[in-house]
Amino acid sequence: MSDAPLLEIKDVTVEFATRRGIVRAVEQINISLTKGETLGIVGESGSGKSVTSYAVMRILDRAGTIANGSVVFSGIDVREMSMIFQNPRAALNPIRKVGRQIEDVLKQHVLADTRDIKEKAVEMLRQVKIARPEERYHAYPFELSGGMCQRIVIALALACQPRLLIADEPTTGLDVTTQKSVMDLVVELTRARGMSTILITHDLGLAAAYCDRVVVMEKGKIVETAMSSEIFKSPSHPYTKRLMKATPKVGGTLRGLLPDGAELSPAASMPKMSIDKTEKPLLEVRNLVKEYPRQGATKTLGELLGKPAPAESIFRAVDGISFTVGKGESVGLVGESGCGKSTTSMMVMRLLDKTSGDIIFSGEDIGSIPASEFAVLPQRKRIQMVFQDPTDSLNPRFTAVRAIADPIMRLGGISGRDALRARCEELAKLVGLPVELLDRFPHQLSGGQKARVGIARAIALNPELVILDEPTAALDVSVQAVVLNLLQDLKDSLGMSYLFVSHDLNVVRLLCDRVIVMRTGKVVEEGTAEEVLGSLKAEYTRELLTAIPHPPL
Amino acid sequence: MLLRMSRRLGITLFSIAAVIVITFALTRVLPGDTAAYFAGPAATEDAIQEVRVKLGLDRPKYEQFIRYVQDLARGDFGQSLTTGQPVIRDITARLPASAELTLVGLILSILIAIPLGVLAAVKEGSMIDHVSRVIATAGVSLPVFFTGLLLAYFFYFILGWAPAPLGRLDIIYSAPRHVTGFYLIDSLIARDMDVFWAAAKQLILPAATLAIFSLAPITRMTRASMLAVLSSDFVRTAKASGLSTRKVIITYAFRNALLPVITTLGMVFSFLLGANVLVEKVFAWPGIGSYAVEALIASDFAPVQGFVLVMAVLYVLLNLMIDLLYGVIDPRVRMAA
Repeated sequence: MSDAPLLEIKDVTVEFATRRGIVRAVEQINISLTKGETLGIVGESGSGKSVTSYAVMRILDRAGTIANGSVVFSGIDVREMSMIFQNPRAALNPIRKVGRQIEDVLKQHVLADTRDIKEKAVEMLRQVKIARPEERYHAYPFELSGGMCQRIVIALALACQPRLLIADEPTTGLDVTTQKSVMDLVVELTRARGMSTILITHDLGLAAAYCDRVVVMEKGKIVETAMSSEIFKSPSHPYTKRLMKATPKVGGTLRGLLPDGAELSPAASMPKMSIDKTEKPLLEVRNLVKEYPRQGATKTLGELLGKPAPAESIFRAVDGISFTVGKGESVGLVGESGCGKSTTSMMVMRLLDKTSGDIIFSGEDIGSIPASEFAVLPQRKRIQMVFQDPTDSLNPRFTAVRAIADPIMRLGGISGRDALRARCEELAKLVGLPVELLDRFPHQLSGGQKARVGIARAIALNPELVILDEPTAALDVSVQAVVLNLLQDLKDSLGMSYLFVSHDLNVVRLLCDRVIVMRTGKVVEEGTAEEVLGSLKAEYTRELLTAIPHPPL
Repeated sequence: MLLRMSRRLGITLFSIAAVIVITFALTRVLPGDTAAYFAGPAATEDAIQEVRVKLGLDRPKYEQFIRYVQDLARGDFGQSLTTGQPVIRDITARLPASAELTLVGLILSILIAIPLGVLAAVKEGSMIDHVSRVIATAGVSLPVFFTGLLLAYFFYFILGWAPAPLGRLDIIYSAPRHVTGFYLIDSLIARDMDVFWAAAKQLILPAATLAIFSLAPITRMTRASMLAVLSSDFVRTAKASGLSTRKVIITYAFRNALLPVITTLGMVFSFLLGANVLVEKVFAWPGIGSYAVEALIASDFAPVQGFVLVMAVLYVLLNLMIDLLYGVIDPRVRMAA
């Protein structure tokens, strides 16, 4: 560490010109980075962590300017920096072969001539550990998985032989196992080349596991800088402490996620609904199967690569799964993307038709009712859903109160403006949404507030079963902590059952009574949360758990 | 890919069949008695009836339709009452004139509008952005007969640079031997440069008039589409991996922005082809638009039927071409069969 810093950010302030005047996204920050060092910048949305990196890379968009301070590189210029991004699929040109995209970068930096450029591009693919690189050279981004796309983006970033790599949320939206392999690859490659790395993430655990040093940012300011081995043992700033507390971890409790003295939602103080656990299960799923004709990208890719088309032309997304959800019980459906968990939840929700099997909801076979007809049936009231993206699942032209009132107007049987308004206010209070926010539009609400609107809408009809499809995946950890607690309190006081779809095992552990682990459409393991996640019987569950980044302790 | 193309061709054939039915129905509901018109103003009731029988108009509608389809299959679009020629001959003579004019106008427009749109998007909010907006708005707000007359007034009457706006070729030249019907191409095939230049001179003013009119949709669509692509993640990646601005804008942004632009081009082309009656009138251009309007006013249903049919078929074929072009540009379209 005695080396002169490779990069020094001195008193940098970045301002954005907006319609409401100038907004300071980043204020007077100081960061230095030595050669070969890996630095993590951690913060929640709006903390200015991405803006900092854009300022370094000089790719701020037009409205943003570095108002003050300086970014000094010793001995390197902008061209020796590279960046990898969140959402790797969107980060690649959709209509250009990935091999050609790597070639573009090689050509730009005069690292290859026309004779050997293809070999070099294939070599880059090999270095980022893409299997069958000669074939993948000809693939388009949409034909590759998210993890593979991120490897291509890494190959692009490394193709110009940078000395500094900035990784902006490189694994957000990827599965834990993919996250681990991508992060391992980044660390391996940058270490082998003696490069410095800046990892920008909202995940303190990830930063601590892969970085030498961690910088914590809040609202555009740096609140703490520490070695990652230190920060977990003795966080000094209250914000860091709060962030750590809010991150779900082994052995924690739901209440433990909240900062001390935090206000609980009104639902928490309501009496618990007593549930007769001996009753018949509320939902019973038997041998549920969903098949899709195999076509499109997979098949064409096969043809493209000269492979014979797969013998069976049918793809089983859900392959004969059975499970039950009891009254007042919350069941977690866990697995990596593509394991069929969302397809299952959509079928139970009756938004998607099954291929075969039974879906029995309080003694009635609802699986045989076509999804297109289910929406108008009285049963619709009893099964509701909270969707993954709180922003996308709200109509941007509906106010919060209109969104919450929507299901009531269709199925609730409450008529009259005042009665409707009263019910919406009651629901808003229940989910902890300030009543004065009810007349706002989604874009005027924060992520957590939008999540509350989504939850209020789902419980508006007093459903018996609520399907939660990754309800907190798009939220910051501190907001997630509050929302998870809210969900638990609502369940207890209203006596609902939850089917909780998630890839985050630590969240599932906290919220669910029972856990079902799925892989390639089948149930791998099933049992109480402690059984499944505590004893690690199944190989696959263990794999999922160990892939969660473990900070050095 | 083959499957997709054949499926697409099937849809095309179906659309054409539908067009045949609709053109037939459409012309039967037009006001005015064709037989009365054909028989002349002094004809007696008997004479009109005789004409009606001769034209087959006394037959039931389905029989008329069967005869119509049979005639179409033989390439017989009927006789034009106004010109006294078979409709098919009128159309083959006039369609190339319209097509040549529209194509040249559109190419002119593309050459100006696309770079202008790209520049306006790259330098959003700059002087060039505003200038392009003004040019485009002005072009589309001035009626074509007005810009046409204005151009003719300046370049022919005042400056004398352009020849008289009287059709496709000055009377001192004779038309080149008919190969494609496009004078520019036919004259080159005949290696007659004099005729080529003469035809080009006649063409430039009406083509410019059309170009001015079609600047707006193409420029605006290019700009909007480019702006969307320029703010996308992959353009950011391309910039961050150090690609030159030129490479980012042309290979990465522009190619992705092309799809909506091509759709717009197709729409503008098919609109201009049939709808530039005013330009054809101003420049005495023997095009298909003015032909159809004259026939319509005269209740001469065979040319109208022929015109609608030809335009619809052209439109369908153009859309087929655009769809296939989509596949060439965007691999995702190709795969999503």
